[in-house]
Amino acid sequence: MAVSLREYRARIKSTESMKKITRAMELIAASRIIKAQQRAAAAAPYARELTRAVSAVATYSNVDHPLTREEENPKRAAVLVITSDRGLAGAYSSSVIKETERLSERLRAEGKELDFFLAGRKAEAYFKFRNRPYVQSWTGFSDQPTYDKAAEIGAALIEAFLKEQGEDGDVDEVHVVYTRFRSMLTQEPTAVRLLPLEVVEGEEAPATEDLLPLYEFEPSAEQVLDGLLPQYVQSRIFYSLLQAAASELAARQKAMKSATDNAEELIKKLTRIANQARQAGITQEISEIVGGVNALADAQAAND
Amino acid sequence: MAETAVEHLHVELVAADRTVWSGEAAMIIARTLEGDIGVLRGHAPTLSLLQASVVEIQVAGTNQLVVVAVDGGVLSVANDRVSILAEHIEKAEDIEVSQARIDLEEAKRLLDSSNEAEQRLRHAEARIRAAEKVS
Repeated sequence: MAVSLREYRARIKSTESMKKITRAMELIAASRIIKAQQRAAAAAPYARELTRAVSAVATYSNVDHPLTREEENPKRAAVLVITSDRGLAGAYSSSVIKETERLSERLRAEGKELDFFLAGRKAEAYFKFRNRPYVQSWTGFSDQPTYDKAAEIGAALIEAFLKEQGEDGDVDEVHVVYTRFRSMLTQEPTAVRLLPLEVVEGEEAPATEDLLPLYEFEPSAEQVLDGLLPQYVQSRIFYSLLQAAASELAARQKAMKSATDNAEELIKKLTRIANQARQAGITQEISEIVGGVNALADAQAAND
Repeated sequence: MAETAVEHLHVELVAADRTVWSGEAAMIIARTLEGDIGVLRGHAPTLSLLQASVVEIQVAGTNQLVVVAVDGGVLSVANDRVSILAEHIEKAEDIEVSQARIDLEEAKRLLDSSNEAEQRLRHAEARIRAAEKVS
C-alpha cells in the first residue's frame, strides 16, 4: 500500500464529482433529444408538401433544369460534412469523418477532385489540424439547427453547382455526409448525393384515387420549378441537419451514460482499496501497540 | 370534385420548420407573381409561385380572418386542398411592427447595392401590412 488513505479518499471524491457531471450531461442530452425529434417532426410537413409539388411539376412538364442536369464528364465534387460542434459524444463525429474519408476515396478513384464544405466545429478542427483545404465552414448550431442556416448552406452549394465547368469554384456533383437517426440506439453515418437532383416521379405507382391532378402552372411550369427546386434542396439539407442533431444528442447520451457507469465502477473499486488500506493501517497500529506492551512487560520482568 | 361532400377548403399553411396553421377555410386570398388570386371551393388545380406578400384566409363558418405574411413560396391547389409553402410564415399578431419597420428602412438603404434587398423590402412591407390589417 504505497498510496496513503488520504489520497484514495481524494481520488474517490474527484471521481464522484466527475460522475455528477457526466450524469447531468446525460440527462440534458436525453431531454434535448425529445425536442430535436419534435423539431424533426415539425419540419416533416414542409418536406412532404414540397416533394409533392416537385413531383407534380416533374410529372407534367419535361424536367430539364440546371439542378437536375447531369454533367457529362464530372470532374469536381463537393462534399458537405455534417458533424457536431462539441465533443463528448463518443464516436459520433469521428464516424462521420471516417465515412467522409471512404466517400472521398471512392470519388477520387472515379477521377474527381474534391471540394469540402464543413458544418460543425469538429470537422473544421479535423481539417485545420491536418492542414487540408476546405471551401467554407459553418459552426455554432449543431445541436439545434435553424432553417436559416440550412438555407445559407444550400445557397452556397447551389451556387457552386450552377457555375459553368472550368469556372473557379465549380462543382459537378454535391454529396452530403450526415448521421441518420434510426433509433435511440443506432445512428448511422450516411453519404448521399444531393445534386444533381434525381426527381423521382412518384416513388410507388400512385393509386388511382390519389393520382396527381392536371395542374395549371403560374407563371409557367419552368418558373415554378425554378422556384421550387432550390427550396427543395434547402429542405433536404435542413432535414439532414435535424437528423444529425438528433443523432448527436443520442450519441452524447449514450457516451455519458457509459461514462457515468464507469465512474461508478471506479468508485466501487477505489472504496474497496481504501478500506483495505484503512484496515492495514489499523492492524499495523495494533501490532505496534502490542509489541510495545510486550517489550515493556519484558523489561519490567527483567528488572524484577 | 366539387359535387362531393367536401364543403370547405382544407388549408395547410406550412413554414420550413413548422405547420403555422391548418384547418377548414371558406376563401383564401394570396398574391402570386402574376397578381392576386382568390381561391374558393372547386378551384382548378393550380401551382403558383407567391410574392412576398400578405395571405388572408377566411376561416370556414366564422367571420374570423387568419392573416399571415409570407416571404415568397408556393401555393398549390388540388381537390379542394390548398397548401401554402414558404420558408418564413408569420402570423399577423406575432409580427413586431417596429422590427419590421427597421428592416424596411435597412432594405431601402441597401436597395441599390444588393439585389436581395428588393425581396427583403417586399417581405418587410408585407409584414407591416399584415400587422396593420389585424390591428
